[in-house]
Amino acid sequence: MWQYIVKRILLMIPTLLGAALVVFILMHVVPGDIAMLILGAGEQGGDVNLLDLDRVRHKLGLDRPLYEQFFSWVWGIVRLDFGTSLWTGAPVLEELRIRFPLTFEVAIFATLISTLIAIPLGTLAAIRQDTWVDYGVRVISIGGLAIPNFWTGILLILFLVIYFQWSPPLVFVSLWEDPWENFKQLVWPIVTVGYRNAALSTRLTRSAVLEVMREDYIRTAWAKGLRESIVVAKHTLKNAMLPVITIIGAEFAFLMGGLVVTETVFTLNGLGRFVVDAILHRDIPVVQTMVLLTAFIIVFINLIVDLLYAWLDPRISYR
Amino acid sequence: MAEVTHEGQIPLTTRQGKHWASAYAWPAIRKFIVTKPLGAIGGIIILLMVITAIFADTIAPYDPYEINQRLQFNSPSLEHWFGTDEFGRDLFTRIVYGARVALFIGLTAAFVGATGGAILGVTSAYLGGKVDLFLQRLIDVMLAFPLLILALAIVTVLGRSIPNVVLAIAIPIIPRTARIVRSNALSIKEHIYVEAARAVGCSHMWVILRHIIPNVMAPYLILLTAQFGNAILVEASLSFLGLGTAEPTPSWGLMLSGSALAYAERAPWVAVFPGIAISLAVFGFNLFGDSLRDALDPKLRHRT
Repeated sequence: MWQYIVKRILLMIPTLLGAALVVFILMHVVPGDIAMLILGAGEQGGDVNLLDLDRVRHKLGLDRPLYEQFFSWVWGIVRLDFGTSLWTGAPVLEELRIRFPLTFEVAIFATLISTLIAIPLGTLAAIRQDTWVDYGVRVISIGGLAIPNFWTGILLILFLVIYFQWSPPLVFVSLWEDPWENFKQLVWPIVTVGYRNAALSTRLTRSAVLEVMREDYIRTAWAKGLRESIVVAKHTLKNAMLPVITIIGAEFAFLMGGLVVTETVFTLNGLGRFVVDAILHRDIPVVQTMVLLTAFIIVFINLIVDLLYAWLDPRISYR
Repeated sequence: MAEVTHEGQIPLTTRQGKHWASAYAWPAIRKFIVTKPLGAIGGIIILLMVITAIFADTIAPYDPYEINQRLQFNSPSLEHWFGTDEFGRDLFTRIVYGARVALFIGLTAAFVGATGGAILGVTSAYLGGKVDLFLQRLIDVMLAFPLLILALAIVTVLGRSIPNVVLAIAIPIIPRTARIVRSNALSIKEHIYVEAARAVGCSHMWVILRHIIPNVMAPYLILLTAQFGNAILVEASLSFLGLGTAEPTPSWGLMLSGSALAYAERAPWVAVFPGIAISLAVFGFNLFGDSLRDALDPKLRHRT
């Protein structure tokens, strides 16, 4: 097992380096260069003061060779030196320390809620396939996927504002300081994200359960005259849950990196909002670093899910 | 079955002299409607949306760009069915024209992304070896980025014109389709008929066009329809964040950004109707795509 873990961690390195290379190349295919983009010439191609251009170029190290820029950037990230934000002036690491707990909390509770809804609902739809229960669950879950997060958020806020004189929080209170205040602040974003993710996991649970129910050992279980509850709980669910766990893990990972829209609607200062703010403020070095960091988070969470999967499924051998 | 002529073309009539549409297409469609009622509902929603987009000029009662400050935030009435927005523009008109924007960007982006992914997947599977290994690593790397973040980064670099937004939505779709098409193509490559085709001296190009591609069409179509709704949703999200299509383009996501939330209390219709439009469109495409998958996927086809 330990050997397997070490091997998996070592295998992450090429992926992470590849991700860094992709982001670096992406940020350097700008027509003109990053300095032009920061100075606002990206879209209109307007006039830019050449002295300003040289100054920004030098400050960002753009006058150095490309490979040197790339390695000094990656080396900085390895040493947890993420640079400073051009727009807030604060070190990016400082920003992350404030924003990470918020995104993490929303992501984890949303995943929890969605799992609690999805597994019973998806199973029910599968064991009652092609009945009105199944149709109902499918319509709700496809509907949930169709409704964009930001619109659910807007409707929720509208509802809360009109009926409860609610207003979006201005300062984030952490879970440890004041759990109740924290709950009041985050419950709506969590519900918004959780509902949508529940829709996704319900569909996957349904198809996973359907898949297992076609297996021979399920037919055997029925033939033995077992009760439905036993066939479903002991024989079907146990086997159907493995792919579902992977998907839930993947969803959580994507929430950590992609809560952009929900954080914008609820004016939460999380990781996703930071990326958007950096983009709107043309803070390209921060965008570059943040895009890479979200990829890191996802790769890392996927690793944990894979290890969990290997640990839970005795059929997987550690090679 | 239809006869295949020497030119390799399928004639449009069957041996009984029936046109192919009445012989194959209509029965297939009828069967789809009967067995997949949800899919048929999705199909109807899509059809209505396409009609709305095509005949937007006739359907919409006003000019989508006409600003009239005196009409600011008029509530829904007989003249303005969905009310007016902060610039006094008729919301119903803008939503009708928005169908055009959503369909154009959604369909093009999904098509470019799914097709690019399919080409990459088939190439990767067919060539194998080092090329396959390299492309697989690249796909793994691309999949590490959240879809929306990658799209945001691309828009940032390229700028906010409509072709760039299409590209920004299409690129994250590529690795997602490439991986599935590759695994399908890999299993087809192992079939005896591919080996036989190679043995009788068919060129690689012929084998790919004649044997691999027709056999990955089903997963390709499933992925493509699944991505339509997704692409519309990503476009709406980008526009909502102020990083997709720019004003005054009548984009549903854009209608919900900024002022919609700020004035939601005073003019809730501005925040409600564009959201219904997005949800309905994506719902239609997902419903249709879901049923199409059930109908086309041979693994799921014969289950009871």
